[in-house]
Amino acid sequence: MNRALVISARDNVATALEALDAGTTIRIGDASVAVVDPIPRGHKIAIRAIHAGDAVVKYGSAIGTASADIPVGAHVHVHNVASGRGRGDLAARGAPDEPR
Amino acid sequence: MSAPARFLAFRRPDGRVGVRNHVLVVPTVICSAVVAERIAAAIAPVGTALPHLAGCGQLGPDMTVTHDTLAAYCRHPNVGAVIVVALGCEQVVAQRLADEARRHDKPAAIVAIQAEGGTVRATARGIDVARQMAATVADAERVWCDVESLVVSVKCGGSDYTSGLASNPAVGRVADRLVDDGGAVVLGEIAEIMGAEHLLAARASTPATATRLLRVITRVEAEAIALGLDIRGTQPAPGNIRGGLTTIEEKSLGAVHKAGERTPLADVVGYAAPITTRGLTVMDTPGLDVEAVTGMVGGGAQVVLFTTGLGTPTGNPIAPVVKITGNRRTAETMADNIDVDVSGIIAEGETIDRAADRLFGEMLEVCSGRPTVAERLGHREFAIYRRNPTF
Repeated sequence: MNRALVISARDNVATALEALDAGTTIRIGDASVAVVDPIPRGHKIAIRAIHAGDAVVKYGSAIGTASADIPVGAHVHVHNVASGRGRGDLAARGAPDEPR
Repeated sequence: MSAPARFLAFRRPDGRVGVRNHVLVVPTVICSAVVAERIAAAIAPVGTALPHLAGCGQLGPDMTVTHDTLAAYCRHPNVGAVIVVALGCEQVVAQRLADEARRHDKPAAIVAIQAEGGTVRATARGIDVARQMAATVADAERVWCDVESLVVSVKCGGSDYTSGLASNPAVGRVADRLVDDGGAVVLGEIAEIMGAEHLLAARASTPATATRLLRVITRVEAEAIALGLDIRGTQPAPGNIRGGLTTIEEKSLGAVHKAGERTPLADVVGYAAPITTRGLTVMDTPGLDVEAVTGMVGGGAQVVLFTTGLGTPTGNPIAPVVKITGNRRTAETMADNIDVDVSGIIAEGETIDRAADRLFGEMLEVCSGRPTVAERLGHREFAIYRRNPTF
């Protein structure tokens, strides 16, 4: 069983099928990815560098925008990805971007 | 899997097919809910009640939705007979509900608490009527029916990373196959289409259908924004986030898999409105599980395929809800709430197609009368979508 799964070739994240320890290396297709953060089972790991403001892509579609630079092997979750949908809090504040 | 799939069910006088044969006890209003539940309990499990919080103190569209949802259950093919339990001073009109049942050739009766002279007399009278109706519906026999007579609701709740990888794609294959065979599928939860609407709009049978889908999604998103609140307070839910889902877009992209990969989007309908088109219908329901299932069953779905990563008990008073998980741990720790385990898709390489074949067969068994775990445990959750304050 693969330790992490990439759903679409366009994706820049993989889903960990088991908990991954920082400092280990996993294979993603032909490439290997050095895990830099502990990744809980079911959570996402960056398989390409994602710059702040770039789309985070899973299932071949954008699931949100990186709110910080995300290096390869890092944990990708609510701390570094912002959703653009249903954000009444931003509309109320008049803020154009995800606050940091 | 080549011969046309069939199952044993009740063919109703209006031409529709029921997979259950309940005597439905409908309180018009919250005030008559306890009496209705006691009447239904006297003839359980044939008797089933629809306890709800509405029926009075409501205005405009909210009142209409309450009335229409209760009427939809009164005409539903899984129902063989109807007892309406009124208080006597409420807004919902008991006669209208009884008439709706009779229009679909179902026996119907009204018991009114104020007219009967209180809880004790109304309950006793209701139980008398219920026993007669239970004897009447027992005469109905199951006959072979084709899957083209099915409307299947697809739903996910308590989602985690396995939902988008395993259980939703497996349900999606079932949906595609059902539509190939002439059946209908209904998908609700507008908030959980947000971020994946482009995939469904691309499958719309006409540009007007795509426009209606996008319009209802825009309205729901605007409602969240108008509150000045961050929808992330509930979408994804805290448990979704612990399970690895980061944004509503990610949750939605995993969720829409359960509506199939190729079924055309044929129609977009309002809450609990009749599903009249074969193929895929999107219904305007909230994401909250019980309100969503209540609406889709009201639209005519006879059976619900419900995927869950974390596990959840939700059932329905008249429709069997089949629970499917792609999470091996949940299949073990929540075994009494799970009907079908498809975790082999992730763990052992069972193909999605093989899991879908298994699930299709399980669905037909349930449609032929085998109780789901939710039915065996007495899970009959029911809640009508409310959008306005109570007055």
